[in-house]
Formats: sequence, C-alpha cells, structure tokens
Amino acid sequence: MSDFNEKLDAWQRKVEKAVAKFPERKRRFTTSSDLEVDRLYIPKENGEQQTYLEKLGFPGEYPFTRGIQPTMYRGRYWTMRQYAGFGSAEETNERFRYLLKQGQTGLSTAFDLPTQIGYDADHPMARGEVGKVGVSISSLVDMETLLKGIPLDKVSTSMTINAPASVLLAMYIAVGEKQGVSSDKLTGTIQNDILKEYVARGTYIYPPAPSMRLITNIFEYCADKVPNWNTISISGYHIREAGSTAVQEVAFTISNAIAYVQAAVDAGLPVDKFAPRLSFFFNAHNNFMEEIAKFRAARRIWAKIMRHRFKAEDPKSWQLRFHTQTGGSTLTAQQPDNNIVRVTIQALAAVLGGTQSLHTNSRDEALALPTEDSARIALRTQQIIAYESGVADTIDPLGGSYYIESLTDEIEKEVMRYIEKIDEMGGAVTAIEQGYMQREIQQASYRTQMAIESGEDVVVGMNKFTIENEPQPELLRVNPALGKIQAERLAKLRSERNNEEVQTKLQALKTAAEGQDNLMPYILDAVRVYATTGEICDVMRSVFGEYRPSLF
Amino acid sequence: MEQKIRVLVAKPGLDGHDRGALVIAQGLRDEGMEVIYTGLRQTPEQIVAAAIQEDVSVIGLSSLSGAHLELFPEVVRLLKEQGIDDVLVIGGGVIPDEDIPLLKQAGIDEIFTPGTPIKKTADFIRSHLKKGAVS
Repeated sequence: MSDFNEKLDAWQRKVEKAVAKFPERKRRFTTSSDLEVDRLYIPKENGEQQTYLEKLGFPGEYPFTRGIQPTMYRGRYWTMRQYAGFGSAEETNERFRYLLKQGQTGLSTAFDLPTQIGYDADHPMARGEVGKVGVSISSLVDMETLLKGIPLDKVSTSMTINAPASVLLAMYIAVGEKQGVSSDKLTGTIQNDILKEYVARGTYIYPPAPSMRLITNIFEYCADKVPNWNTISISGYHIREAGSTAVQEVAFTISNAIAYVQAAVDAGLPVDKFAPRLSFFFNAHNNFMEEIAKFRAARRIWAKIMRHRFKAEDPKSWQLRFHTQTGGSTLTAQQPDNNIVRVTIQALAAVLGGTQSLHTNSRDEALALPTEDSARIALRTQQIIAYESGVADTIDPLGGSYYIESLTDEIEKEVMRYIEKIDEMGGAVTAIEQGYMQREIQQASYRTQMAIESGEDVVVGMNKFTIENEPQPELLRVNPALGKIQAERLAKLRSERNNEEVQTKLQALKTAAEGQDNLMPYILDAVRVYATTGEICDVMRSVFGEYRPSLF
Repeated sequence: MEQKIRVLVAKPGLDGHDRGALVIAQGLRDEGMEVIYTGLRQTPEQIVAAAIQEDVSVIGLSSLSGAHLELFPEVVRLLKEQGIDDVLVIGGGVIPDEDIPLLKQAGIDEIFTPGTPIKKTADFIRSHLKKGAVS
C-alpha cells in the first residue's frame, strides 16, 4: 500500500473514532441538487499525492494546512464570538445576555482604555475615556456585575486585555470561586500579547522584560491551576489594522510568538506543557483569496516551527488555533451599509481559512460602537454563512485550487524571509525596540493611503461610487456621566473594604515583584480583598517602571 | 527663504491607534511642512505645552476612542488661557457627523474624517493659517 493510502486510512480511522464520539451535524451532507458532499476532497493522481502529503496533509494532521481538526466544521461550527463591551458593567452584562439569547456561543469582552492601561476610572488620565471603547472594570465588584447570571462553567469568555491581563484573569478566577466554579473548570482566553502593543496598539504599561515575565508567570500558573484557559492570543489583528500587509501580519505575529515560546522555555517551562494553550488572533481583510491562503500558510509555518525549531512532541503544540475578526480599518463611515457586504466577504474568507472562532464587525463601527441592531446583523452574517451557504459541509473546500495553493506557498516563503530577518536582528523584542516592525508597517500603511488617494485602490462609496448628503445612522452613545458614576462607586468601595488587608496584600505583591516569584497568586490575593486594577498596576509600576517608546 | 509651516500632530487621551496620525504626519511632510508628532497618551496640557515650545502654527488632534468631545475643546480652552489665538486647531479620527458642529462651536477650526485626501487637509492648512509661516 502506498504511503498516501496508508495515511488516508489512518486519517479515516481517526475520523471514525471522532465521529463515534461527536457525530457530525448531519448524517448526510448534500448540495441543493441533492448531490452528495464528501467530507474531504483529495488528489486522485499518484504524482500529486506525495506533494499533497508534504504540503497539505490530512485535516487534523501535520502540517495542518487543511485545518486542525479531523472533521472541521462537519462536526461543529466555529465559535461565534462577538466582541462586546461599553459603558458600565451592568450595560455590558445586558448586551452579553442579549447576544447569548441570539445564539452567540461564547463571550468576548472589550475593556475601556483606562482598564487596559491599568488606571482606575477616577484617575486623571481616564478623563473622557471611561466606558468608551469597552467596559470599565476597576475592581472585583465590577467584574462580579459584568458576569452576573452567566454560568462560568458553561460559557467560555475571551478577554481583550494585555498589560493588566494577570489582574483581569485573577478577577475572573475570583468570580468563578464565588459562583462555586473551580479554576480548572474555567474556559476562555486572555489576549495577553504585549509585544504587539509596542508594535501597533499602544496599550502597554511596563517595559518588555517585566512584561515578558508576567506572561510566562501566567503560562506557568495556568498550566497548573487553569488548565483549560488559553493563556495568550498572539495577535496579528492590530498589526494589520495599523496598516501592515497580510504577509507582515503573519510574519510579525509568528515572530512575536517565537519570542514568547523562547521566553517560556528560557524560564524553564517544558514546551509541551504550555504550547497547547497558545492561540492566535488574525484579521480578515477584503482580498478574499489572499486571506484564505494566509490562514492556511500561517498554520503550516507554525507547525513546522514548533516541531522542528522548538522540538515540541505533542501534536497539540504544533497546531495553530486562531480567532478571526473582520477588518475594522476596511470599513467606511461613508455608506455604512456597504460594510455588511465587506464583512460577509471577510467572514467567508475566515471560514474557508479554517478559523476556530469569529467576530464579525458591525456596519456602524467606522462611526461608533455598534448599536444592538448592528450587532445582531453582524452575528446573523456568520449564521447565514454557517447554516445557509454550505461552505462548512466539506473540509477546506478550496484546498487543491491552483491559485490557493500557489498563494499559500508564496505567503509562506515571504513570511519566512521576514522571520529569518528578525531572527538575525536578535528576535522580535529587539526588532520592536529598534522600531523595525513599526517602520515596515508604517511604510505599508502609507503606500495603502497613497493608493487609495490616487484611486488605484478602489474603496466603494468612498473614492468611487459616492453619493451626496448621506443620511446618518443612529449611533450608540455612552453615558458621558459614567466617569463620575464610576468614580463615586470607587470611593464607596474604598471606604467599605478592609483597607488594612488591601495594603498587606499589595505590599506582599510588591515584595514578590522585586524578587523572582510567580506573581499570579499575589495578584489573586489582592483582587480577592478588592484591591483595584489601578492599585495593583501601580504597585508593579513602582517596581518595573513604565515603557516609553522612542518616536520614529 | 520662506520658513516651513510647523504642525504638531497630537494624540490626546489613551487611544493607541495612531495609524491615521502617522499617515497624516508623513503626508504633510510630503506636502512640504515640518511635522512634530507627540506620540501617544498626551493630556491637553502636554499638547499645549508642546505647541508653545515648538512654536507651531497648527495643531492636529487625532482620536478614535470617542473621547474627542471632552479632549479637543480642552486643548482650545488651554490655548486661550495662555493667550494664544493664532494657532490653527484641526481634528480627525472616528468622529460622528453630529459632533462636528459641537467641536466647531468649541473653537476647533475644522474636522477631517476618514476618507479625506491628505492634499485637502494640507490645502486647508495653507489657506487658513492664522500666524505667518515666517516667524
């Protein structure tokens, strides 16, 4: 029997086992003409089969080009995870419940900028920003309100939090304790990707070295205590939003990922102990075929790096699992309903690229946070792709397309050139400190702007097919008094809690930060006695200092 | 020789999305202006202090986080408090149309929203300068 047939047989046995345990969505998949849809389409020619094994492999198998699960969406759709958060914890809790009722299958939390930068709502720098781009969480009280009535043993929660990820994760664990859900039952993700903050998003607090320590502390703590938690979501999303190309998005994200893995290995963690909990976060823009190829290439590159460079042995360590969000910067304020169409194309690319979870942007996001109606349409977009289009009925439907395979190869090649260059510079941290990634992105972003201004790149409704006097849609407004309300709540909390205990726990954290201990248990202790986000981050600021970027 | 127009591009508040600010900075440089970028997380006080120190004719404010109604007018108020009335203040970012009249009433000279060609912004600056480019 040929190598190809042996591998095919092995895959089929694996599928049978998986299907016996988790049946596929339907007993039989068909097109609208009642033609049978196979689980997988593969090359029939002998000559193609060897290349197939090397480059694509079977779904759920190295190098995972066709997806990380043996049956992909035939078994279960991706997680439909709409990012939400604005105003107070009460308002966001209400939006969460609305989205769950509409069929969303996981929560995803947006925090406001003060929370993301470790300032309490009453800090002078928080002025004008409280509750604006996400929910304001200054203490465990806010987190309890945010998650009220949401069973943490049943719902998985993603939290877009980076510099203070340890603090917000500790709050989540503490709410679990109060609900009687032990930390080993919690499922979700913290973004926890500081390197891309220096590159693209700007919500950093500490310099790179202590930031990397906090991240490896989280890896280590969670491997023992919160084993089902995705401890990092290494993000290309913001790199892309800052103006990078698709190739740069993958290259810089994987370079950052290499830095995290190296840091953890250097800290003495065995690679297979933490690598299965690493996850990724990518963007989906409009160039449909390139986006699909990008996801497939990223999976193959990561599998090779983990297997050969880091010598991981657990196949789970080789798998690149990722969340996708459609591209915010591709949306236009002009003719906002056009954005529904853009989002559909982008979401379809993510699904054809094999994403594990997806957020579809709302039509009004170039103007403000989404209204409830816009958020529902965005979720419906995913549901229509899943339930009506049929693209989820066979695995990796575009696999084998000459164009897709060629683009996948090209992207891999270009990405590897960047990765090698960054390796030569001394790795991602050095490349970022020297401003290399930032400059590359900025040049790409300027080229894009010039192409749009010259009309070489068409943006429908903006530089072509425009209309005069567009009606403006209804926008979501965050209560401008929220900053004051949150400040009053904080004052009340500070007068009611046991401040002596708070000081003791903060002091213990400070001592630990000055030493080598894992900081997670100390942060958790401080959170439990209602020390605030700002107080905890200030303690670490006093030890670690703050990052100041050089300007380019 | 005529001196170049000096522009301060500033990011007030905590918003870290500076793609637009960086593109504008580069674009105005290509239009022949001298551009100073403050970097992220600037308070209105810091922006006004930088504007004075750098002796600019134009301040360009960028915000995408929805804090513009609080932070942009504060820059204008502080300029007035310092007795400065010859600096052109313009803004951009994610700013709903209905907020534009409010910002203009508060003394912002113009708001440029996404989709505006850089040339248009540069032309506006050149035709609305309040203090001479020659100092």
